[in-house]
Amino acid sequence: MNYPISKFSSPLQRVTGLLFVMTLYVVIANTFFAPDSFWHVSDYSVTLLGKYLCYALLALSVDLVWGYCGILSLGHGAFFALGGYAMGMYLMRQIGDRGVYGNPDLPDFMVFLSWDSLPWFWMGSDSFVWMIVMVVLAPGLLAYVFGAMAFRSRVSGVYLSIMTQAMTYALLLAFYRNEMGFGGNNGLTDFKDILGFSLQSGGTRLSLFVLTTLFLGLAYFICHRIVNAKAGKVVMAIRDAESRTRFVGYNTASYKVWLFTFSAVLAGIAGALYVPQVGIINPGEFSPINSIEMVIWVAIGGRGTLYGAIVGALVVSYAKTRFTAIMPEAWLFALGGLFVLVTLLLPKGLVGLWPQVKASFLQRWPSNKEKTL
Amino acid sequence: MKPQASPVTATENLVPDTRHGVILYLENVSVSFDGFKALNDLNLYINDGELRCLIGANGAGKTTMMDVITGKTRPDTGKINFGQQIDLLKLNEAEIAQAGIGRKFQKPTVFEALSVYENLYLSLKMDKGIWCSLWHTLNGEQKDDIDRILAIIGLTDQRHGLAGNLSHGQKQWLEIGMLLAAKPRVLLVDEPVAGMTLQETERTAELLTSLAGEHSVVVVEHDMNFVRSIARTVTVLHQGSVLAEGSMAQIQSHPDVKRVYLGEESA
Repeated sequence: MNYPISKFSSPLQRVTGLLFVMTLYVVIANTFFAPDSFWHVSDYSVTLLGKYLCYALLALSVDLVWGYCGILSLGHGAFFALGGYAMGMYLMRQIGDRGVYGNPDLPDFMVFLSWDSLPWFWMGSDSFVWMIVMVVLAPGLLAYVFGAMAFRSRVSGVYLSIMTQAMTYALLLAFYRNEMGFGGNNGLTDFKDILGFSLQSGGTRLSLFVLTTLFLGLAYFICHRIVNAKAGKVVMAIRDAESRTRFVGYNTASYKVWLFTFSAVLAGIAGALYVPQVGIINPGEFSPINSIEMVIWVAIGGRGTLYGAIVGALVVSYAKTRFTAIMPEAWLFALGGLFVLVTLLLPKGLVGLWPQVKASFLQRWPSNKEKTL
Repeated sequence: MKPQASPVTATENLVPDTRHGVILYLENVSVSFDGFKALNDLNLYINDGELRCLIGANGAGKTTMMDVITGKTRPDTGKINFGQQIDLLKLNEAEIAQAGIGRKFQKPTVFEALSVYENLYLSLKMDKGIWCSLWHTLNGEQKDDIDRILAIIGLTDQRHGLAGNLSHGQKQWLEIGMLLAAKPRVLLVDEPVAGMTLQETERTAELLTSLAGEHSVVVVEHDMNFVRSIARTVTVLHQGSVLAEGSMAQIQSHPDVKRVYLGEESA
C-alpha cells in the first residue's frame, strides 16, 4: 500500500513539504481564524516566525561552507548585515518626506549630520531593482575578494576563522562611525513601506513571511542539488584531503572561493528578508558574537546535513525568545551550556537523534513495521 | 565523436612530445631547504612506457624529486620538461595533474567520506572546472572506465562502500586506481607496499608491472625484494643526485652503490 508518509522519505521532500504545510497553515490561521480563537496566529507571531526563517536561511549558508567544505566562517554575520543594509538603504529612501525633518531627499540621520546631499554610494538606492542587485553584489563581492585572497594564499583552518572574525569586527567598527554614511550606531530604522505597501500592515507582514519561506525552500533545494552534484563531492573531497584533490586535478581554491561567495550571497538574501520584518538594521549585526551564534545553530542542529542547520536555527532561536523573556542575563550561559552538551552527547546534532529514535521505536513496537510491510 | 558538454581546457590539448622516447626530463635540478641540498644538480630521464625504480637512503631526495615534478616544490635551478616541449615549471599542481602526471602518496590518501565509486568518479580525466562539475552526469564510456578500473584494482565488490572503511592495502590500490582514472602518461608511486602483507605486496607488484608500457611508472621503494621483483631499470639516488643507474644486477655490483647504500652488508 502507498502511504502518504512515503512521500516524505527523502530530506528534500521532508523539508520542502514541512515548509509548505507550515506556510499554508500560518496563512490560513492568520487570515481566516478570529483573533481570540486558539488556532489563530497573530501578526506578531507571523513576523517572529519570519525572523526565525531568515535565521534558518543564514544557518543553511553557514552549513554549506562549514559542513561540506570545512571552512569555519566566524564572519557570516557580516554578509547577513551587508544584505540587510542594502535593503535598509532602499527602505530608508522610501520614507521620503515622512521623516522627522521632512526632508524629501535625505534620510533623517544625514539631515541631523547637516549633510546637504546624498553620498555617492547612496545613488540608486531608491530603486527596488538596484536594491536587489546590491543585496547580491555587496556580500558577494566582499566574499569573493576575501575568499580569493585567503584561499589562493592557502589560508585555512583556525587562521581563516580568525580572519573572518576580524573582517566582521572591522566592519562593525566602520559602520559605527557616522562618517561612513550608514546611520552610525543607530543604523537604519523607522521604515514606512516597501513597494508602496505599509510595513505595519498584517498583509505585508504575511507576504514577507511567505516570501521568506519561498526563499528558504528554494535555497535549500539549490544547496541540496549542489551537495549531491559532482561539485558537492569535490567540495567534500577538499574538506577531507585538499592536497589530494589538487593532485587529482581540481583547482581547489576556485572551488572554495565559489562556494564561499555563493554562501555569502545566501546570507545576504537572509539579511535583506530580515530587515523589513524586524524594522531595523544597525552595526550590532556585525558583532562577532552573532557570527559565532550562527555556527552554534549549525552545530546544535547537525553539521553537514543542510536540514540540521534549519532545525538548529529554529530551535535555538525559539529557545532564545522564550529564555530571554524569563531570564535575559542567563541566555548566553544557556546557549554555551547547550553547545557543550550537544557537542559532548550528540556529535551529529539534534537531527542525529532521529535514526536512534526511529530504531528504538521499531524495536519497541515491531508489529508496526510488519503492518506497514 | 561524442558531444562534449564542457569546453576543453587548455591543458588538455598539451600532449607531451615523446619522439625521442623520453617522457620526463630533469636537468640540473637543485633544491635546498635552509642550506640543506635536498636535490643537488640532479639529472634524470624517464623513458616513455618504462617501469623505473628509484632507491636511496632516507634524505637522498626521492620524495623531494616527486614534489618538484608535481609542482609542490619549486626548484631553485634546473629544468623539468614533460615530453620535449611542456615546461612543468610553468604549470601549477592542478594543471600538472591534468596534463597527465599522477602521483600516489606514501601514506594512502583517498577521500574517506566518499564511496569507492565516487573516488574514482572524481579522478576521471575530464573538465575539472566548477561549471562542468555542477551539471555533470556520467556517460556510458566513463561508467565503463570506472568499472574497468574497479576490476583492475579488485574493488568491484566494495564499489559502494565508503573509502574510509577499506583496509590499508585496499586504500593503496584505490589510490592507484584513482591515478589510472586520470589516464596519466606518468605515474609517480611513492612506497606503494609500505605496511602491506605479503600477498598484498605480490598483487601490487603484478599491478604495477601490468601498468608499465601503457604508462610510464616511477616507483620509489625501500623494500629491496619488491624492487627486485619488478625492476627493469633501477636508479640510485644519493645526497640529491644520481649515483648509479642500470639493471638490478649492475646496481648490486656497482662499487659506489656498495659503498654508500648497501653498506657493510655487501662489502
